[in-house]
Amino acid sequence: MSSWLLLILLVAVALWLIGAYNGLVSLKNQTLNAFKQIDVQLKRRHDLIPNLVNAVKGAMDFERSTLEAVIQARNQAVQVNATGPGGVKRISQAENALSSALQRLLVVVEQYPQLKATSNVGQLQEELTTTENRIAFSRQLYNDTATQYNTRQQQFPTSLVAGLARAQPADLWEITDQGERAVPQVDLSLKPKA
Amino acid sequence: MTDEASLNLFQQQEANRRRTRLLVVGFVLFFAWLGFGGDFIYWLATANEPPAAQHSVWWFGMAATALGVLLAWYAYSTGPEKVLWATGAEEVLEPATDQQRQLVNVVEEMAIAAGVPRPRIWIVPDPDPNAFATGVDPSHAHVAVTQGLLDLCSRDELQAVIGHELGHVKNLDVRLMTTLAALVGAVLLMRDGATRIFFSRGSGRIAGGEGGGGGGGRGGRKNLGPLVAVLLVVWIVSWILAPIISQLLALAVSRKREYLADAMGAQFTRNPLALASALQKIEAADAPTTHIKQGAAHLCIADPLGRRLTSHEGFLADLLATHPPMAKRITILRGMGYAALKKEGGSVA
Repeated sequence: MSSWLLLILLVAVALWLIGAYNGLVSLKNQTLNAFKQIDVQLKRRHDLIPNLVNAVKGAMDFERSTLEAVIQARNQAVQVNATGPGGVKRISQAENALSSALQRLLVVVEQYPQLKATSNVGQLQEELTTTENRIAFSRQLYNDTATQYNTRQQQFPTSLVAGLARAQPADLWEITDQGERAVPQVDLSLKPKA
Repeated sequence: MTDEASLNLFQQQEANRRRTRLLVVGFVLFFAWLGFGGDFIYWLATANEPPAAQHSVWWFGMAATALGVLLAWYAYSTGPEKVLWATGAEEVLEPATDQQRQLVNVVEEMAIAAGVPRPRIWIVPDPDPNAFATGVDPSHAHVAVTQGLLDLCSRDELQAVIGHELGHVKNLDVRLMTTLAALVGAVLLMRDGATRIFFSRGSGRIAGGEGGGGGGGRGGRKNLGPLVAVLLVVWIVSWILAPIISQLLALAVSRKREYLADAMGAQFTRNPLALASALQKIEAADAPTTHIKQGAAHLCIADPLGRRLTSHEGFLADLLATHPPMAKRITILRGMGYAALKKEGGSVA
């Protein structure tokens, strides 16, 4: 009788172990996948910037420094080495620098109504808006998933299995630049002003 | 997403899977009950006859069950298509205008935020602002918006509405809602068919061979009796059934569903105030969405029929309305928005 109870207990523990282990592995893969999504969107941004710069270059010769800052930040972001420890941190620093350079450029573009009137620039602006949004949302998804993963592996009793599943806390994508924390004042959407 | 929120999501997904199964099984069981019940009555009526004339094989039951299974399968597998077809939506394959490009971009953004594959995008040519989502699972989902919504909403508001719809997609509301719509549609279709056959029988004897289950005899007025009776029963039952199912639909669509999708949309965009202002605009344009009929009403972000019941709280509304009152949804979203602003130390304009 008692041996039966022991058996049932063992089976229950084994089932829980399998469930907890698989849950952690699945969350780990979701986190990795979410990180890849950011990569895809960052690539899109890097490809878009040369087009934007070309479109506005002619019209704003005297804003050279702003344009050059964008190009430089972009080239630095493309070259970041993503592998190894702290990869997330390095990428996020480079990309945040690019974000603030882009913000400045868009503020400048905003000051040239005749530039905005060209439909080419208007379309590029929509593309840039959506790209920035996609980066923000993929970052958000990554942070949400990573937080869930981190919480799960630290909580008792799943924490007992964390070592077995080789779970490591995932780095969150942090906003380091103070300028980016502030709510942006620029209205980038194409809607007519109300 | 906190752990608690994801728990809610999984519970909601599981509940929707379970309810869809129940719905389909219930639908088939109802047909089986009708058929076997008929068999039983027929058997009772012929119990005193000699064995050869007794109704011993339960043909009606088997046929009705098969019909139920067939209808349910058809409804489940073609549901999204039928819903989209019924609203006259057109798919956006290649964005033609800036407006459509913006829509496609916004849907992609929200798909990223929700962590689901990009759904297919449709536009309903209707000037009233509204939107709905359909599909059986997140990888085969469709999002449709009306032209009116595109014209009326800003980018942020459009984003919020799409976020709400993807909330429905992600927690599998779409599976339950679409199946429900398609099953009701199947019953209505059957009713129309039965009506036509019945009346063509009544007006003459041209349709003599149709219907198949004439009990083996050929011609002769005597053998037509049961067939007419069966058709009559199907007809009457489907007349009774259709409104009952419509009511069940309103009941199954717990109004909490919309609140939950609002909350999920706000979680994706992190901008509840945009959804609040979109809902306000949709509410202000109080013309009914003529392209969306009763069959798909429960799928929409706002009640397309403009029913007055929707604007009330209370027992009757809880029982019959498919959507919660707009004012309450807006209030809840505003609360979320101001709470977030306060936490960030900003001021409320």
